[in-house]
Amino acid sequence: MIPAPAANRSHGIVRLEIPARAEWVAVARLAVAAVASRQRFSVDDIEDIKLAVAESCTNAIQHGTSDGTIEIVCEVSAEGVAITVRDRGQGPPLGAVEAERIGELGRTEELGVFLIRALMDSVEYTSDVRDGTQLVMIKRVSG
Amino acid sequence: MDIKVNVRESEGDAYVVDLTGEIDVYTSPKVKDAITELIDREHYNLVINLEKVRYIDSTGLGVLIGGLKRVREHGGSVNLVCTNPQIKKIFDITGLVKIFGIFDDEQSAMKALA
Repeated sequence: MIPAPAANRSHGIVRLEIPARAEWVAVARLAVAAVASRQRFSVDDIEDIKLAVAESCTNAIQHGTSDGTIEIVCEVSAEGVAITVRDRGQGPPLGAVEAERIGELGRTEELGVFLIRALMDSVEYTSDVRDGTQLVMIKRVSG
Repeated sequence: MDIKVNVRESEGDAYVVDLTGEIDVYTSPKVKDAITELIDREHYNLVINLEKVRYIDSTGLGVLIGGLKRVREHGGSVNLVCTNPQIKKIFDITGLVKIFGIFDDEQSAMKALA
């Protein structure tokens, strides 16, 4: 697993809170793309990050939040970016999804989870009744 | 952020759905409505043109899969026109290239419906 960027090497932290509603997801993905573009990510990598964050927000919306907001924290370092998406709801178990099953008709609910895991270098997921759901994703600058 | 949807009749019984913009959790219901309306009117051979789509997420993919599933029940098909490398990559990594016909231009997508 790739370690999260160390605090003392952090180039900056950006925090964003959006209402847990579909119309706000575009704001989250564009903000995160703007943060990522300050690093040496390729255009493809930035698109990957945008999609992974959007999928995380979509999960939070679809599986409910008790206070109706989603918090997104981006920590930029020389190694890349660590993004935490947090909400107060209890999300679905984001277990590993086999690639062969994704193409089967009717398994669309797992597509988002599959994409997050496929596009990011590291994904850690925690969920409980008291603290809600948290997804920490890391994308490393390649090359 | 929005999606523009344009539906037009093409050769035979086939219909083309032109999409322009971004397909996400907010805009995908509009795409779903257009596809559902065509299928409800018993049009089961569709070309969905994604050439002007800049972004698609899992909810957009879900709408396309749902449409494909419904038309297949009636012996129909959904072919896609897609030239954006980032979107093609999403179809690749999800394995959806195996269930959709994906073409570089509308003419090829229409021809493959026949």
